[in-house]
Amino acid sequence: MAERRENRDIADEHDLPVYLARPGTADQVPRQKYGGLFSSVRDAFDGKSIDFDALSVGQSTPRSARRETGRGARSPASDSCWSSPGVERRAERVAVEKRAERSLEAALERSMETRSRRDKETLQYLEQTSERLLIKGGRIVNDDQSFHADIYMEDGHIKQIGDNLIVPGGVKTVEANGKMVIPGGIDIHTHLQMPYRGTATVDDFGQGTKAALAGGTTMIVDHVIPEPGCSLVEAFDQWRQWADDKSCCDYSLHVDITHWNDSVQQEVDALIKEKGVNSFQVYMAYKDYYQMTNSELYEVFTFLAERGGIAQVHAENGEIIAEEQARMLQMGITGPEGHVLSRPEELEAEAVFRAVTIASQTNCPLYVTRVMSKSAADIISLARKKGNVVFGEPIAASLGTDGTHYWSKNWAKAASFVTSPPLSPDPTTPDYLHTLLSSGDLSVTGSAHCTFSVAQKAIGKDDFTQIPEGVNGVEERMALIWDKAVTTGKMDENMFVAVTSTNAAKILNLYPRKGRIAVGSDADLVIWDTDAVRTVTAKTHNSAAEYNIFEGLELRGAPQVVVCQGKIVLEDGNLHTSSGVGRFIPCSPYPDFAYKRIKARKQLAVLKAVPRGMYDGPVSEYSLSRGGTPSASARSSPTKQPVRNLHHSGFTLSGPSIPEDLPIRPAGRRITVPPGGRSNITSLS
Amino acid sequence: MSDCRREWNREDELPVYLAGPIAGPKQRKSYGMFSSVEGAFDSKTIDFDNYAVGRKGSRTPRSSSRERVLDTEESNGKTPDNAQEAPLSNAQVEHEEGDSATGITAATTQNRLLGEGEKLLIKGGRVVNDDQSMFADVYIEDGVIKQVGENLTVPEDVKVIEANGRMVIPGGIDVNTCFMKPFLDTYPVDDFLQGTKAALSGGTTMIIDHVMPQPDESLLAAFERWQEAADKKACCDYSLHVDIPQWNETVKDELELLVQDKGVNSFQVYMAYKDVYQMTDSQLYQAFSFLKKLGAVVLVHAENGDLIAQEQNKILGMGITGPEGHPLSRPEEVEAEAVFRAITLGNRVNCPVYITKVMSKSAADTITQARRKGSVVFGEPLTAGLATDGSHYWSKNWAKAAAYVTSPPLSPDPTTPDHLNTLLACGDLQVVGSAHCAYSLAQKAIGKENFTLIPEGTNGVEERMGFVWDKAVAFGKMDENQFVAVTSTNAAKIFNLYPRKGRITVGSDADIVIWDPNRIKTIMAKQQQSASEYNIFEGLECRGGPALVLCQGRVVCEDGIIEAQQGTGRFIPRKPFPDLAYQRIKFRNQVNNTQGVARGMYDGPVYEVPLTPKYMTPAPSAKTSPTTNQPPPVRNLHQSNFSLSGAQADDYIPRRSGHRIVAPPGGRSNISNLG
Repeated sequence: MAERRENRDIADEHDLPVYLARPGTADQVPRQKYGGLFSSVRDAFDGKSIDFDALSVGQSTPRSARRETGRGARSPASDSCWSSPGVERRAERVAVEKRAERSLEAALERSMETRSRRDKETLQYLEQTSERLLIKGGRIVNDDQSFHADIYMEDGHIKQIGDNLIVPGGVKTVEANGKMVIPGGIDIHTHLQMPYRGTATVDDFGQGTKAALAGGTTMIVDHVIPEPGCSLVEAFDQWRQWADDKSCCDYSLHVDITHWNDSVQQEVDALIKEKGVNSFQVYMAYKDYYQMTNSELYEVFTFLAERGGIAQVHAENGEIIAEEQARMLQMGITGPEGHVLSRPEELEAEAVFRAVTIASQTNCPLYVTRVMSKSAADIISLARKKGNVVFGEPIAASLGTDGTHYWSKNWAKAASFVTSPPLSPDPTTPDYLHTLLSSGDLSVTGSAHCTFSVAQKAIGKDDFTQIPEGVNGVEERMALIWDKAVTTGKMDENMFVAVTSTNAAKILNLYPRKGRIAVGSDADLVIWDTDAVRTVTAKTHNSAAEYNIFEGLELRGAPQVVVCQGKIVLEDGNLHTSSGVGRFIPCSPYPDFAYKRIKARKQLAVLKAVPRGMYDGPVSEYSLSRGGTPSASARSSPTKQPVRNLHHSGFTLSGPSIPEDLPIRPAGRRITVPPGGRSNITSLS
Repeated sequence: MSDCRREWNREDELPVYLAGPIAGPKQRKSYGMFSSVEGAFDSKTIDFDNYAVGRKGSRTPRSSSRERVLDTEESNGKTPDNAQEAPLSNAQVEHEEGDSATGITAATTQNRLLGEGEKLLIKGGRVVNDDQSMFADVYIEDGVIKQVGENLTVPEDVKVIEANGRMVIPGGIDVNTCFMKPFLDTYPVDDFLQGTKAALSGGTTMIIDHVMPQPDESLLAAFERWQEAADKKACCDYSLHVDIPQWNETVKDELELLVQDKGVNSFQVYMAYKDVYQMTDSQLYQAFSFLKKLGAVVLVHAENGDLIAQEQNKILGMGITGPEGHPLSRPEEVEAEAVFRAITLGNRVNCPVYITKVMSKSAADTITQARRKGSVVFGEPLTAGLATDGSHYWSKNWAKAAAYVTSPPLSPDPTTPDHLNTLLACGDLQVVGSAHCAYSLAQKAIGKENFTLIPEGTNGVEERMGFVWDKAVAFGKMDENQFVAVTSTNAAKIFNLYPRKGRITVGSDADIVIWDPNRIKTIMAKQQQSASEYNIFEGLECRGGPALVLCQGRVVCEDGIIEAQQGTGRFIPRKPFPDLAYQRIKFRNQVNNTQGVARGMYDGPVYEVPLTPKYMTPAPSAKTSPTTNQPPPVRNLHQSNFSLSGAQADDYIPRRSGHRIVAPPGGRSNISNLG
């Protein structure tokens, strides 16, 4: 990346007139006056040219595979991939690097070139890329600041931000009327179209992303779950195919590691390097199926730490769950309440604790999916306080409802809440999780949207262990957090943006392309109506499921307008989505958000042996048959001891290399004792 | 007045008309905690058996220990009748056999050891129990405390020990020793004789040793092997924990036998030592459940063995082979993680958990937090952890560094001992053990090129009481009563020895220490009782030590001179269901009865699952072959009819069966009244 930048810079210099080419000329400095983050109002020109690449120090290749869309235009196009964002960036950088004498026309010309080149690559986006949109009079809310500014979007990117923008004629204008404009939500955890025992979740990528967009979420990250024993890459390709066919918004993929061996290791490597996956989930639950032993977890974490991946864990102690499930069934509890009884929250907390320990041993960033209980959240926040690199992800369900419904008399209702880890029966849990989310101890929110029809849930009507696990939430996620955290005063709007979008983008290494409203970012944004009140009901929701676990909940706050890829997909309550426009967004490894600290620690954590002289005292005789029955009288057979022992100590003396100069017990002062006898070493202190 | 009262103390001497009522507890107007001064009579006759509710026959063990010898048919020469004399003769025999190390002061002891009839009076001491301190004399007969109070009437021929106002405390109980722990065919240099001698010289009058069966040895056989060795050699009373090296069906039978017939109520399981002793979580769950049923205390060696194995490989791979690799491969987080897991398991099973060897701050904090949440968990720090730290692993002297190797390792954080002492003082940690397991330098040197082969164990049985006093009481962290609690009483309670051990009261065993808080001793390997060549506390100054130690009513140590008798130690059997651990458990059992929800049958459509075994590796293209997951409508109708026909039992429950969902089988029923 760095080299490439330099190349570009060199190219820039060639373009420039010779007398301006010197970098860092002093007379350009005054132009910097209004540059930076707080210039939004006065000088619109500067506001338009925030170059976050220049601001984000050390951020490696954040925009690398920008145009690498899901249509297989992968490696051959990589060069042009570089050039296209590069040109824009060059235009932006000009302001910052004070080479602004370059004519505006030249820049425009170049961007025209770029566009035509890009059009050649991705013809199917032609119509979409020519769309232009202006949002006027909104208050832009990012995770760090809020300010009033207009936003001009073109080609699915944000081109200008500021007041009094110069925009071409005939641009569609949306009046925000002072409402908040926030980056589109990123739902970092979904299971759309997940296969389950010959069937699949009722929300496929089309239906699921539609629901997401209706709720203000403009990007989802789905989990690829390969069957144990199957190829990860094949499963990944399968998911790509499903999503490319149907997805209405951009998406990315986590891959779950369901078994571990050398070939899996190679596949993980390939996925990171070639396929744009940077996060992998492992399971500590589902005994005999997905579950991994501690040793395997250790190996996976070590490997991911080397390759710059994020280790996600499903944290529950599968072994104890298996025992408890057997116990519950034996006690005659077969209904959905058995689910929560057999998976008490301490098992979740225990597994989180273990995962944190393993991650800290391997120096690997850890991401705990589905934080459902107070105790698990507490463990995460404790670990963060101790300095561990841990991220916690509560999901919409745990933030919006609790586990008391498992005891519902209505089987279908109770079953619809079944998910793992289960919702906590403690009704104060949602409130608590919101507090930790507001304080930053939990970092991101997902939905773990995984919907099954009642008929599918009924597979487990006589045995709760057979109920397919999953709840809805992709549509309600944003509104739920707004209602429960922001309107109650726990969280401010900037934090709201952080937990619904920005932090996820940072973890996935997509920031600032996603998760921020800034020049050059993708045009995924939402005009958020803080006063709208809606009641959640299965009748009107966009998911295909017959039930909604938030049924009847009144939520304040809703998206008014949703813009995805520069196109309006939700306006006036009408959803206009088109299947298949969603692009796969590849994530690059080593996200700064997680790995900056890891890298620094890696350098510190070099272990060194103590240089010390050889031990030259007597060595007791032993046999290496560890585990074999030892003869009880081993000490009473001194027959072959002397010979062996002398040999040993002679051997060690012949080998010493360093001990001469060290202040240890001098070799000359050797302790002479009969082998096997007791040497009275008094110089121990 | 008190004089004449005292005459009546012995029931057989009482006039008939007084015998019954006064002996009964109702007569005692002023007994109890605060009666020590005025009614000396009362405090002499506290009959704790009356108070020990539900503790059936807590006094039976006293006799059974001798009977047991016969039961197990191992009585080589010992007879149950003259129990007190048997050890003496034994000792003499052994002495004549010429083991010069063993018969220390046979000549002197012969004079002293009057066997049965020894009568002793400790005068002018301050009796310190875990709940109160009071000035009182203690009269001992036949190894049992007969009277406690002032102005006791005692027989004439009694030997009087002047305590001169010093503390008189119950003898220490060291709950964790390994005097016979085998390592690669070698045994620790401190066996039961050497080890218990060291214990006595430090003021510890009872030890509980760990029986460590080899992975394929029967628990019973190992237990008997240990008992035999201890009976021959131990100089003080002892009891045994049994370690469970692996979990299977035969172990269950043996455990039952050990609890019911052998007097063992505590068993240790391992979460470390992968592929040797380590148990999986499922096995732990089963072991906990089973031991709970038996009423035993589960001891846990808490370290994550999987991670340790990985780390060991990593560290050996980096070329670190010295003792510093030991703490590097066993960081304290790994200990804390296992403690957390063990407690979680204990909570699930509703079973008391006892964490042996709490060596690090984070493990201790985990226990503290769990106790705050109500878990029944006990923590046992060790002498080594309380008095020294792990910085010595980096010593340039290999032998010194290796001497500190124990598991879990001493924490390299030098503030750890202080933290552990604080938690001990406030009651978050309960007992102090020593995990005394002394290997000679030559044995340690087995691992001179590979730290994983260094036999694990440090000394500490001798220094245990002294360091708790020095680090906690002398610093003002702890008072003397808490000192008694953590060194003796709590251990007796947890392992169901209380009040026979761990308390100075009428009827208790005469295991008594006169403690001198001002005694200052510098720990040196040269002067120690232990047979090992080094002492990990070498050079440390320790304030406080025993001036005189009484074991079984005999003076065994006076001013550092040991007069112990080999073989006098008795095995003390322990009953299951100790109150301190199990009372809460019993109540929780009653409260925690989970019940299913009575609800109507679900009568909606059910998705038909293809009949593949649940966890078979499915073809990756399961979805593309629709033949396998055919939802046969016939089958489905049949099923839902079937479920209705069986549902009469709960017809009274208001349910939705009347308003049945009509939907084509396999299709989607739109249930909108879910809220």
